[in-house]
This record gives sequence, C-alpha cells and structure tokens, in this order.
Amino acid sequence: MPETYITRSSAIAARMLAGEMMVMNSMDSTFFTLNEVATAIWQAADGRTPLREIVRSQVCEQFDIDADQAQTDAEQFVSELSQHGILLVSDQPIPTTRAPEAR
Amino acid sequence: MSLLNEMSQKAFDMGVPISVHMDVTYRCNERCVHCYLDHEDHGEMTTAEIKNVLDQLAEAGVFFLTFSGGEVFLRRDFFEILEYARGLMFNVKIKTNAVMIREDEARRIRDLGVDTIQISVYSHRPEVHDAITKLPGSFVRTIKAIRFMRDQGLKVTIANVLMTWNLHDSDGLQKLAGEVGVHYTLDPTITPKMDGDTSILSLRIAGEELPEVFRNPALVPNLEEFCAPPKPVSEDDLEGYSCSAGHSFCYISPYGDVFPCVQFPLPTGNIRQQKFMDIWNHSPELKEVRSIKAKDLTTCSSCSHVSSCTRCPGLAYMEGSMRGPSSADCEKSYYRTGIPTANMLRKAGQGPVGSLVQIRPLAALA
Repeated sequence: MPETYITRSSAIAARMLAGEMMVMNSMDSTFFTLNEVATAIWQAADGRTPLREIVRSQVCEQFDIDADQAQTDAEQFVSELSQHGILLVSDQPIPTTRAPEAR
Repeated sequence: MSLLNEMSQKAFDMGVPISVHMDVTYRCNERCVHCYLDHEDHGEMTTAEIKNVLDQLAEAGVFFLTFSGGEVFLRRDFFEILEYARGLMFNVKIKTNAVMIREDEARRIRDLGVDTIQISVYSHRPEVHDAITKLPGSFVRTIKAIRFMRDQGLKVTIANVLMTWNLHDSDGLQKLAGEVGVHYTLDPTITPKMDGDTSILSLRIAGEELPEVFRNPALVPNLEEFCAPPKPVSEDDLEGYSCSAGHSFCYISPYGDVFPCVQFPLPTGNIRQQKFMDIWNHSPELKEVRSIKAKDLTTCSSCSHVSSCTRCPGLAYMEGSMRGPSSADCEKSYYRTGIPTANMLRKAGQGPVGSLVQIRPLAALA
C-alpha cells in the first residue's frame, strides 16, 4: 500500500485559540477550526513524514485511540482539508520551501 | 453566528489580541488632503525590530494582521517583512495606494498568500483622485495595479473616503469597481491629525449629506433595518462594550508605540522598551479602556441609540473623553434614523452648539 504524505498549503493562515487551531484559506476565505487531534496531525504535516507514521506517533500514542479507527478518521480529515486546498497530499514526499509552524 | 464571529467573540471574552493593525512607515508618496499622518520618518523600527515584534504577536495569539502606513511599499524591506509574517502564518491584509505595484509585485503578493489588498481610490475621475492625492498620474497607476492584482486572483477592495471633494463620485467609483471586478467600500470618516490639528475636519461632508450615503441601496443592502429607529435599550446593551479596541485588537505605530486602535491615540506603551504581552496585559491605560461599559458612558448611556450607534471611543477620546460621545457618530446615528441623539439634545439645550437647527429669539442675535 503506498504511503500518503501531507503538507500545509502556502495559502493558509493558522493560529491556536483556546485549544483550537483556526485555519483560513486566503484563496477563498474558508475558515475552519481543528480539534486537538486534527491539530496534532496538522502540525505534523511536514511533507516528509508518512500519514501512517503521523497517526501512530501523534494520535494513537498521545490520545490513546485505536490505530485502525485513527487511520480511517485521519484519511477522512486529510481528504476533506485537501478538497478545500488547505492540505496538499501526495504518495511521494513533498518538497517544501518552508515549513511554517503555527503557534 | 458564523464560526469566524464565534472565534472572534471568544478572543474578545478571553482578552486575546486576535487582530493587530501595524503601520510599518508613515512615509508616503502621496499627500492626500485628508490624511492625519506626519510623513516625516522619526525613527521607524528596523527590519530586525519588526521581525521581533511579529514573533511576539504570533506568540500572543494574533491571527489577523494588517500592514498599512504611510505607503508600505516605500519600505525596501517590505517583501522581507511580508514573507516573515506569512512564515508565521498570520492572515495578512495590506492597505496601500498601489502606485508602486507592477505585475512582478502583484505576483509576489499572491505567491505569499496574502488574504486581501485594500487600495485607496477616491473617484472614478482621474482629475479628482489626483487632486486629492496630490500625485499627478496616481489614478492611472493605481487602477493599473488593481488590474494586475485582480489578474493574479487576489482579493482586492477599493476603499473610498468620502469627503467634500468627492461627495458625488461614490456611484461612479462603485461602478468602476464593478467593471474592474473588485469589491468596494466607503467610509465618510475624517479624523483629526495625529498632533490634534483639526483643520482637516473641514473636509467632512455635512451631516445633511449623510442620508445620500445611508439610504443608497447600492451601498446598504439591508436598508430598512439599517435606517430603522433604535430598539428599546436593554440591560444587556448597557453591559456591552463599544468595540474591540483594546479588548482583542490593537494598533502598533512604525515607532513601536502601542495604542488601542489606529483611531485611538492613547499611548499604552512602546514595544522597544517592553514586551508586547507586558503592555497588553499590564498597561493601566488598556485596563481602563477595557473597563468601560455602555452604562459608564457619560451621555451615551442615556441615549436611545446606545445599542446600535457606531460610537468610536477613539474619536470620543480625541473629542475630550473616552467615556464621552463621538459627535461624528452622533450625526451618523441621527441622519441614519432621523432620531436625535442624547448628545445632540444636550447640546441643543445648552445653546448655539451642535448640529441641530435652533430657533432663537431675535434679541439673542443682536
């Protein structure tokens, strides 16, 4: 099974507020908030780490969630955000010129 | 309530500065007749200082960041600042006159993921716009730049300041914005100069002219609701605050001074001497601004407009008291609804002051 790699779009803005990550796409002004688990995936989206590894290290270990369920939820989350141009997805590592870190 | 409004309200309630307006320079290549700024450079923050401030703002939770001036592109390091800000993942808006923007600059702005560009245009007639900016050819250059940015897919808004010089040009400019395919906003507010000089207030359009703006369906989509008489004042209204200035919003000058708002020149600290969060959390002035509820306002607390008025605490401060009325907003409330404000009635009772027509005995005129 091919790996999935994810990275954040350069068109987005993001900031933590009260435990939720606010995300806005400058292209169409869509605005999202991410919960704690989604934020952990989001912050680990560096284009180099496979999604499976992100789910294992950032979700299962930190939030005590079943691995299969976490993987399914993560794929759905990634699919939704990629449709809005918030995340870029590839089956190859994604080179990034910069890896912004939202605080 | 939209998700965005919900998060903005959360920031307000928690005292998080979710939105900051930062002027990176007061220098400008235009000399607009209504401008409140001193364009001399009295020691702008360096590139390194601004980057340090941006680090602090990101740490403080700032999400919406507006870069303005002066003319931002007069700073040779502006793209470096912009790139740094986007690297910190701010949602960035730029206010500019755009005369220095060509295709290359428009492309770079788009590549950096800037959210919105707001551009000052004062008329659809080049001679009127250029007379206001005092820069010959500025209209042609600005409109050309707007087209470059539109072609890059950027969200562009034409912002018009309505004054005596361009009073009847709003419709023409709005039509031009539509033809070019960009948004249009209008503001009839002229503020005193930073040094307190009020001479430019003579450019304000007369109150009698405001209904032309307020009752224009092309500018006000929900006309009936907008011009409706104010609803009865409730206890909740009196427990409310004027605006987000000092609560979840602040302004930073090119010299590092922090104010509650760009229209509220109450010094609260300087970022060259203190950390931003020290100013935000501990400034006595900001604490005072945050403490003022509608029920604490000297005249406005008894005004029927208190819940719907656009009362600006900064304009009130410039008029004498941050707890007092802002006469310009009183006029707007009156001419929007036809119902006089408490401040107007108070002034009318005091004698020949204020905007209401008064009838006095002939003897008093002698």
